[in-house]
Amino acid sequence: MQLAVSVRKKLGSFNFDAEFDLAGQRVGLFGPSGSGKSTLMYLLAGLLKPDSGSIRLDDIVLFDGQRGVNLPPEQRRIGVVFQHAHLFPHMSVRRNLLYGWRRTPAQNRHIEPESIVEVLHLAHLLDRGVNLLSGGERQRVALGRTILTCPRLILMDEPLTGLDEELKFQIMPYLNSVFSKFDIPLLFISHSLLEMRLMTEQVLVVEQGSVKRQMATEELAQSTWAAPRQSYVNLLRLGPPEPHGDLWSYPWGDVRLILTEHADNQENVFELDAREILLFKRHPEATSARNLLSCTVRKLFTVGNRVRVELQCGSRQLIVQIVPESMRELELEEGREVVAAIKASAFRRLM
Amino acid sequence: MFLLQPSDLDAIQLSFKVACAATLLSTPVGIGVAYLLVHTRIPGKSLIEGAVNLPLVLPPVVIGYLLLVLFGRRGLIGSWLLEYNIQVIFTLTGAIIASAVVGFPLLVRSIRLGMESVDPSYRRAARTLGASGWDAFFTVTLPLSGKAVFAGMTLMFARSLGEFGATIILAGNIPGVTQTIPLAIYEYTSTPGGDRMALSLCLVSIVLSFIVLLISGAASKSLDRK
Repeated sequence: MQLAVSVRKKLGSFNFDAEFDLAGQRVGLFGPSGSGKSTLMYLLAGLLKPDSGSIRLDDIVLFDGQRGVNLPPEQRRIGVVFQHAHLFPHMSVRRNLLYGWRRTPAQNRHIEPESIVEVLHLAHLLDRGVNLLSGGERQRVALGRTILTCPRLILMDEPLTGLDEELKFQIMPYLNSVFSKFDIPLLFISHSLLEMRLMTEQVLVVEQGSVKRQMATEELAQSTWAAPRQSYVNLLRLGPPEPHGDLWSYPWGDVRLILTEHADNQENVFELDAREILLFKRHPEATSARNLLSCTVRKLFTVGNRVRVELQCGSRQLIVQIVPESMRELELEEGREVVAAIKASAFRRLM
Repeated sequence: MFLLQPSDLDAIQLSFKVACAATLLSTPVGIGVAYLLVHTRIPGKSLIEGAVNLPLVLPPVVIGYLLLVLFGRRGLIGSWLLEYNIQVIFTLTGAIIASAVVGFPLLVRSIRLGMESVDPSYRRAARTLGASGWDAFFTVTLPLSGKAVFAGMTLMFARSLGEFGATIILAGNIPGVTQTIPLAIYEYTSTPGGDRMALSLCLVSIVLSFIVLLISGAASKSLDRK
């Protein structure tokens, strides 16, 4: 997807302006509530008309104030998954799913309803009224409904906000599998850094009514580390587990990690707080921690009384947070070999 | 005590005809006007709103008289209709027009409230799914305000059953042609010894109104269940 935006919009006392040019499949729109994320989404979808400027998606001009171009929402082929799903309450799940599909010209339909029903596990819900669905089911139907219009771009407006923690991580695998299977570009709106890191590759940072920066998601995650009382969370993508005594052994790059928690997917995402990792100068003979990884220090970065250590563990990277005193005692410097000790119970399963 | 003359049966039948015709003919127009008031930004909206609501506050007799002026042989519309050999005054058409005009504000007010209470997000969602503005209106907004449309129709139907003032002026009181239940009762009460007949018709009127209420209650319940 190639998206070129240069727009201005005044809404009461709120001024919004955006000026960016991006290329990518999974882009995040990150910023606090009230910063203008949703305004930008409405402008892109055609639900709000910019005061001036232009919007171009791939080679199609969606809006051009000077030339008087303003495609109505139904001609933009931009799908929107709203925060509150907005399923049509007078229709069954099936009719909701097919609402957009029936209105999509045959030559644009390259996704079959059957495959969506299968991927999103909706078969048992088809004949139900939408008022009886749970929060997670509603979002799945809303997502399916939007994807069936075979859009050129999908906007998701905080689709996970309002769902409880557990449900969130149940939905995200669906999102990931749908977007990788059908290869639809995604613009994901959220104020949650964790969601951003799980769903997107690069982000636009929106603050106080304008798009401030554009960067890789991981870069954003590491930049927040400098703020006081913020810690960094490592996201580890582990392969399928094998039993290891009464624990589980997961492949991670070219090493294996021992965890207490079991997961049954091909790819499992776990979080690991940077403060839960201990560093040793030499290999300790015996410790209660089940994982002892030989790593090389790539980079050291000190802020106040915290040091961020970037480690290279085989083909993967790990970020550890320690205090300056430890750094001096361990004589840490770039290129030095250390051993990282992680308890089997320190990992928390996300999805 | 329950005595109904053949002419009473005519009156009951006529009342039904007039109320049904007035309601069914007005509903599409009512939906259109409600749409204009809710979804568009046309100039003079408050004037349209005033004109629509005027029959609600004007005495029905005044409306009847204005309609008579308008539809009379020398009236603005009447003289034009005469060229096509259509006569409105003292006919069933006149009774239907009188009922429609008097009941119209009730219909529009109800539909409008219903449409305003439909979350605009549904319409936006429909637009992003590829529906044009009209498509979204007919497949989302209108069905979601269905209950309000039905409530408005019921109100209007009941109002038409009871219409008296405008009807007697525009359509007269001709048994078998324009004499609806209220007009028949009026005639009985002004005839010596007609009290019992008037009372029987009153009873019919009460039963009919009650049935309308029951049907509207049941229908709105079944709409709720959906």
